[in-house]
Amino acid sequence: MDTLRKILVPTAAMAIFLLLWELVVYLNGWPNYKMASPSDLIPAYQKYWSLFLTMGWQTLWRTVLGLVLAIIVGTALGMVMGFSRLMRDALYPLLVGFNAIPKATVVPILALLFIGQHDLNTVLMAFMISFFPIAVSVSIGLSTLEPEYRDILRSLGASQAQIFWKIALPKTLPEFFGALKVAVTLAFIGTNLVEIVSPHGRGLGALFDSGKTNSDYPLMFAVLIALGFLGIVLYYLVVALEKTFAGWAERNPG
Amino acid sequence: MYPMIKIEGVRHAYKTKSGPLPVLDGLELSVDEGGFVAVVGPSGCGKSTLTRLISGLMKPDEGMVMLHSERVTGPRSTVGMAFQNPVLLEWRTILDNILLPLEIVPTKLSKKEQQDRARYLLSIVGLEGFEEKRPSELSGGMRQRASLCRALIHQPEVLILDEPFGALDAFTREDLWQTMYKVKEKEPFTGVLITHDLREAIFLADQVVVLSGRPARTQYVLDVPDRGPADLEHLYTPEAAEMLAILRHQIEIAQGRAPAEGEAA
Repeated sequence: MDTLRKILVPTAAMAIFLLLWELVVYLNGWPNYKMASPSDLIPAYQKYWSLFLTMGWQTLWRTVLGLVLAIIVGTALGMVMGFSRLMRDALYPLLVGFNAIPKATVVPILALLFIGQHDLNTVLMAFMISFFPIAVSVSIGLSTLEPEYRDILRSLGASQAQIFWKIALPKTLPEFFGALKVAVTLAFIGTNLVEIVSPHGRGLGALFDSGKTNSDYPLMFAVLIALGFLGIVLYYLVVALEKTFAGWAERNPG
Repeated sequence: MYPMIKIEGVRHAYKTKSGPLPVLDGLELSVDEGGFVAVVGPSGCGKSTLTRLISGLMKPDEGMVMLHSERVTGPRSTVGMAFQNPVLLEWRTILDNILLPLEIVPTKLSKKEQQDRARYLLSIVGLEGFEEKRPSELSGGMRQRASLCRALIHQPEVLILDEPFGALDAFTREDLWQTMYKVKEKEPFTGVLITHDLREAIFLADQVVVLSGRPARTQYVLDVPDRGPADLEHLYTPEAAEMLAILRHQIEIAQGRAPAEGEAA
């Protein structure tokens, strides 16, 4: 019953959304070149299915790789800032400033730095746009660790490393996963930014771009929906990981 | 015989922006093996600093802190601590929480023996059957009981209790006072109890030390006569009323609300 609800409710919400979309387009009498409707998408998927598979895979692996990089670097930065006040004071303005830069402006810089390295550029952009929330959450998790938690181990002669592994790290996991959920969606934006903007790009972003060039609106919308789908898949992957490693943090309401 | 805990002429100041802030100045404390001392004093007088000194988390600027006639120079595994906040780790079961110190302190016990000991301690404090529960499933009083078990698992010589019952409601607190008697009987320890509750102090401890206001020195020491088994009735005898009156007066002196000349020692 519970699992049925968990599947049924989101599916129903999705169906209602698609219906409303179809209805809005129908009632306004919008032609295809203005706004595609869900019923136009099916032929688009049928026509370009093999492209969707290869391009979707390219987008997916580059996004995931960027995310993995973001997790490694973000966690490391977060640890440095979480444990040292000095580093926190030094790095926060830099990170906030970097994060405030519109990433679209970084695309040409990357393109010039690594000419022709489309895969590398894409992965780097996914990384750059998504490491910030991870770094911030890890740093906050570590710096807000109540001193008593440290003291119960420290009074027994525990080392800093023991305190980190036994207390600080597990205690930060809920914040970490919260940030990772944000980072997942951000990473897709990063990947697609490069895929859409760079000439001769690959991945779903490039497919979107070719749809634009050919005024194939159903294809463009089909790409967007495919991106949304990939985002949902990755998001639930993170949720599953969170359940496994930080399930203890979830309370039953009531 | 040397006392288990001996503190002599301890002075300590915290460094703040506006210069050093002296918190302890002339602190004396001596607790015999098996003794149980309650430390009371005005808020912010440095009681918690005292626990950090005994546990070796901090070194005093001046003076000596000795445990078992050895100078305390750093944290040691012969000390167990419990705080007002039970600080149980939410991601561990109650049993694994209690076993935590044994992951730091070297132990000769096998895994099985460790678990048996944890279960035994849980049974003393009345938590049998809660081994596999998560801390979030326990009430405040139960968490504090579990925290006590964790403080005792590695058989410390000295148990430091920093206002452990301060956040509990009155009934739960009195329950825990009685539990402490049971714990002391089954798992003897030398104890230092920091508290704001004078009734708690004379009910649990055999000596009550009153600290003066900041910077704290030992202002007054009250010996509590042996009163046998745990019975809350002890708090309602004329002797108890007299002790409470003395302590209350001493606290007023410490707070600067009563003149020191009027000492009713």
